[in-house]
Amino acid sequence: MVDAVTEVSPVLTMRGIIKRYPGVLANDAIDLDLRPGEIHALLGENGAGKSTLMNILYGLAVPDEGSILIDGRPVDILSPHDAIDRGISMVHQHFMLVPVLTVAENILLGEETMANPVFIDRNEARRRIVALGRQFGFEIDPDARIESLSVGWQQRVEILKALYRKARILVLDEPTAVLTPQETEEIFAVLRRLAAEGHSIIFISHKLYEVLEIADRITVIRRGRVVGERIPSQTNEEDLAELMVGRNVQLTVDRGESHPADVVLSVRGLRAKDGRGREVVRGIDLDVRAGETLGIAGVAGNGQDELVEVLTGLRKPSAGSVTMIGTDVTGWSPRRLYESGLAHVPGDRHRWAMIMSFPLEDNLVLTSYYRPPFARGLVRQDGAIDAWAKELIERFDIRTPSATVAADTLSGGNQQKAVVAREFSSQPKMLVLDQPTRGLDVGSIEFIHNRAIEMRDAGAGILLVSAELDEVLELSDRIAVMYRGELVATLDGRGANKEEVGLLMATGRRGQEPDKAVS
Amino acid sequence: MTVVDDRPAERFWRRGRLGQLFAIGAVPVASVFLALVVAALIILASSVVTTGSIDLALPFVAYGALLQGSIGSVSAILNTILQATPLVLGGLAVGIGFKAGLFNIGGLGQFLLAATAAAGVGAALATAPAPIAIVAALLAGMAAGAAWGWIPGALKAWSGAHEVVTTIMLNSIAAALIGFIILGPLLAPGYSFGRTADLGNSVLPIVLGTNVHLGVILAVIAVPVVWWLLYKSTLGFEIRSVGANPSAARYAGMRPRFLIMLTMTLSGLLFGIAGAIEILGVSHFMTPSYGTAIGFDAIAVALLGRSHPFGIAAAALLFGALRAGAGLMQVVAGIPVEIIDVIQAIILLFLAADIVVRHLFRIRAAGGIADLKTVTSSYGGRAS
Amino acid sequence: MDQLATALDTLPVIGVLFQLIGYLVATVPVIAPIFVALAAPIALGALCGIMNERSGVVNIGIEGMMLSSAFSAFLVAALVAQAMGPMDPSPLFGVTVPIVCGVLAAIATGMLVSALHAWLSISIRADQIISGTIINILAFGLTGYLNRLLISPNPRLGAGIFQPLVLPDFLVDLPLIGWIIRGFFAHGPITISVLFLVLFLQLWLFRSRWGLRTRAVGEHPKAAETVGIDVIKLRYRNVILGGVFAGLAGAYLTLEQSGSFQNGMTSGRGFIALGAVIFGRWTPIGAFGAALLFTASEALRVAISLSPPTGQLGDVLRTIPPEFFGALPYLVTLVVLVAAGGRSIAPAAVGKPYAREART
Repeated sequence: MVDAVTEVSPVLTMRGIIKRYPGVLANDAIDLDLRPGEIHALLGENGAGKSTLMNILYGLAVPDEGSILIDGRPVDILSPHDAIDRGISMVHQHFMLVPVLTVAENILLGEETMANPVFIDRNEARRRIVALGRQFGFEIDPDARIESLSVGWQQRVEILKALYRKARILVLDEPTAVLTPQETEEIFAVLRRLAAEGHSIIFISHKLYEVLEIADRITVIRRGRVVGERIPSQTNEEDLAELMVGRNVQLTVDRGESHPADVVLSVRGLRAKDGRGREVVRGIDLDVRAGETLGIAGVAGNGQDELVEVLTGLRKPSAGSVTMIGTDVTGWSPRRLYESGLAHVPGDRHRWAMIMSFPLEDNLVLTSYYRPPFARGLVRQDGAIDAWAKELIERFDIRTPSATVAADTLSGGNQQKAVVAREFSSQPKMLVLDQPTRGLDVGSIEFIHNRAIEMRDAGAGILLVSAELDEVLELSDRIAVMYRGELVATLDGRGANKEEVGLLMATGRRGQEPDKAVS
Repeated sequence: MTVVDDRPAERFWRRGRLGQLFAIGAVPVASVFLALVVAALIILASSVVTTGSIDLALPFVAYGALLQGSIGSVSAILNTILQATPLVLGGLAVGIGFKAGLFNIGGLGQFLLAATAAAGVGAALATAPAPIAIVAALLAGMAAGAAWGWIPGALKAWSGAHEVVTTIMLNSIAAALIGFIILGPLLAPGYSFGRTADLGNSVLPIVLGTNVHLGVILAVIAVPVVWWLLYKSTLGFEIRSVGANPSAARYAGMRPRFLIMLTMTLSGLLFGIAGAIEILGVSHFMTPSYGTAIGFDAIAVALLGRSHPFGIAAAALLFGALRAGAGLMQVVAGIPVEIIDVIQAIILLFLAADIVVRHLFRIRAAGGIADLKTVTSSYGGRAS
Repeated sequence: MDQLATALDTLPVIGVLFQLIGYLVATVPVIAPIFVALAAPIALGALCGIMNERSGVVNIGIEGMMLSSAFSAFLVAALVAQAMGPMDPSPLFGVTVPIVCGVLAAIATGMLVSALHAWLSISIRADQIISGTIINILAFGLTGYLNRLLISPNPRLGAGIFQPLVLPDFLVDLPLIGWIIRGFFAHGPITISVLFLVLFLQLWLFRSRWGLRTRAVGEHPKAAETVGIDVIKLRYRNVILGGVFAGLAGAYLTLEQSGSFQNGMTSGRGFIALGAVIFGRWTPIGAFGAALLFTASEALRVAISLSPPTGQLGDVLRTIPPEFFGALPYLVTLVVLVAAGGRSIAPAAVGKPYAREART
């Protein structure tokens, strides 16, 4: 079968692509080819260079060296416009849709159906979009605003956008990151149908089981180089993981035994609304004991962000209570919670956890700058801050030229280590970890996981929230599944089985009946 | 993707104290130089109008007179100091706002209201003992400026209305308001035009020469005080944190809304001191049509001084010198004093286009007005 | 019923309100032309603001753009008039060659200053509010300087102004709509063009290809770029074209309204225009309505001074200081901004410089 496919000449060939950024070789002579009707997975860790390669293909970045051939002919792709002209379309990880415009306006944008040289023919456009949707099996309302659609439907709009441009080559960048397992299956079905009709698809992912399921062929990239090519039927997860990371990886860390003691955090009937006033946390009850890790699994967007914000004082609950070590702390400010022994590693480091333009040392005292020994009254004690920063840099192995460099000069892994250093060193009784390793390299992930287990063994209660099911399974002593603002089940961390948790995440139920509602 | 290690900021920190000073000061100094060159070309072109032919000597004559009028004699230097005084205070006011991510374009309104309040209270206490009258009039000005600064702060904190738009609107409202007050309750009888009454004992004493008043001392004190507040106090750390990343500030237990209001109030207060001392020390009464460009001048000073109190002091002295010397330049070289506004704008132009300046002078230094990146966020009524 | 009438009568507020409505019905048709004429430069400035902000560029430099255009309109018109000597104006609008040259110069100046704003905001990626501030300072300084240098010494410089359109009597005398026609059309060409420009821009923004792309670029430039739209070019084009409107606003001040140039003669109109953009929710028709509303207070003040109302209403209005009418547009903008509060109504990407090459 493999031989049969190689007979066909590729629709796309990328040869010897080199892209340098200051201090980084993002793509180091990458070769890639794509055959007609093929789903070709590009597998690699965060930062391996997958996105850079695809940005080059799509004209969002210009390669320093190398060539791109389409149907065997060399082409220059200097802008997305060039890429679209050559039948290449891209579905970005963060959707490229304008929220306040309608479905039709988003699809038309850049490829408008004109009634005359100035004005758009909106009726004709609507008709064509509806027809195109039906062709691929979904009814779409062309006048719906993007912001009113669910993530799954927004992704369909992205795919329609590509098809409207008569794309032959479709690039999907981490398309399943924001979807439920069930939505993922639906999108996979659409992709298979597209491939069967002759479209060629590049599927970017770092999830092993996904590429094994959907791809016809897998190319693995590490540190900007192609390190291997595999056929799904002739490989397995362990083999791919080793290729991707470059060494034998333990897919699980040793979390040891937990020794739960008294309840540190107790939540009863908690409700909260999101920024648009929709109730997204809908009656949460949970307990975290000292010396145990409670993991909250769930597809992103099921109210986890708001739950964490309420627990850490960043959002006011609309109902319910939060008790920490016997004290009612409902509605307390972040400062009061911190004073009472809560530490928080936020999910979005750039938004919440660091001030990137400030020196590293200021970031290391960001939550404790106001109290001795870092301040006396209103007066900052620069000497004490400097000494403490140096100690943390040492203890947490933060790679930095000095304590005074701006935080944004550090790598993502070292920035996160700094956040972890600050929060773990405040001797918390309760620790909230929100996506603590998102977007990091394997080394930093291991480091942070091990530190989290140390904190647990030292007697802290830990609440871990993560959209990475694997992370929750690895670290948690107990697992709660969050679905549409509720905890639908609590399972033992060691006995939990991935399929069961996955099904709970997707449907909120253990049974098999499908979930129909979409938006 | 791993993040780069050799960014300019990195090199900048490695260079030591002197290197840092160079990195911060190079672009402003180069901008001033370039602006003077461009202005010289404008003066050269103007000579066609004033003398009928291109007069190559005119720029030198003009700049000579400018120097003479600003530092050429003791009284010229005193005049420079006098001119720089409100600019120092206004520059600090705008600069402290920049540090908190706030753009206070409302200096004009805060200044005018403070001037009116100081003139009113000063006139009312014209016969009281001087220390009481002066302190009361100054406090009235400070309170009025602070209050007019608090309003946009509160509006931003509670409704997200962007301070650039609200302060622009408040400037015009203030102009109408002082007209109402000065032509109403504060109107002094017996004059052919609308003005407030004589200040009597409320006039600030002269401390230097014949015209440099006590307000200069206030401006000189304000510089280290603001510096200490911003860089050595926890409150300053909070203000700078809110400016750099309001979400992170909230996460860290700071209170962004309170800090926004506080910073705008402080900014208004500094403009208020400027307004009060200009009335109590220089003009001695207030009119509805009091003309000042302090709002925009202060922005220029803060930008040129890179929002740093000591830089602001230096920039204010430079602009003060230009204003002090402009009169003599007009007399000697026939160049209208408005050239100073042109020079000021061109300096800002080069500062904003610092990429161009750095290219011209091969300066490899830390970013220009990059710490203002937050200013335009939340523009148009978006909560921060 | 009688009781109700007495009750109403004893409530002075309601009585005054009815008197006010009666007064307005009587005077608005009379002052309608003043109304529209006052709103014209503000509406034009607002159109400039919309062109900028819809494509994601903040413009607080409208004031400076208008001022520099007003200056160059006057200067060019006056110089051409001086060179050409006396001439007969055309019967339509009193058009002369110098005035037309002045308008063209104003448009060119508006575009040139806008190009500077575009360069600073888009290419240099300077803070857009600072760029606008620089434009304001530069415009005040440069026009003041050149005014002192070139215009003040020659008091006889001038080129006259556009004459208002003379409407046939039967149109003006039409019942019910006659005064509206007079209100909108008894003006010089620039004021008359405002109505059409507003309608055109409204259609253009919401129905045309360029409009769709503009809105997309102002909301989510990256999304626009990924479908092949050149964000940088589009922003440049829109910002520079916005200068045309600011230029017309400037030309209006010196060549249609006053016939002379004074330092700082825009006197805050550019800032009111900014308020009109926000009040009109970034739509041309909305901004035009806002401009009319803002000038209503000014027009009302004129009306009161021309034909003072009598009775209770007169008593009430006399207690309102004239300064109040001057501050009203700004107060209204403040209230609208605060009421709109957290709701995001501005184009999402406004104020954010766009960097072309993505790093991640």
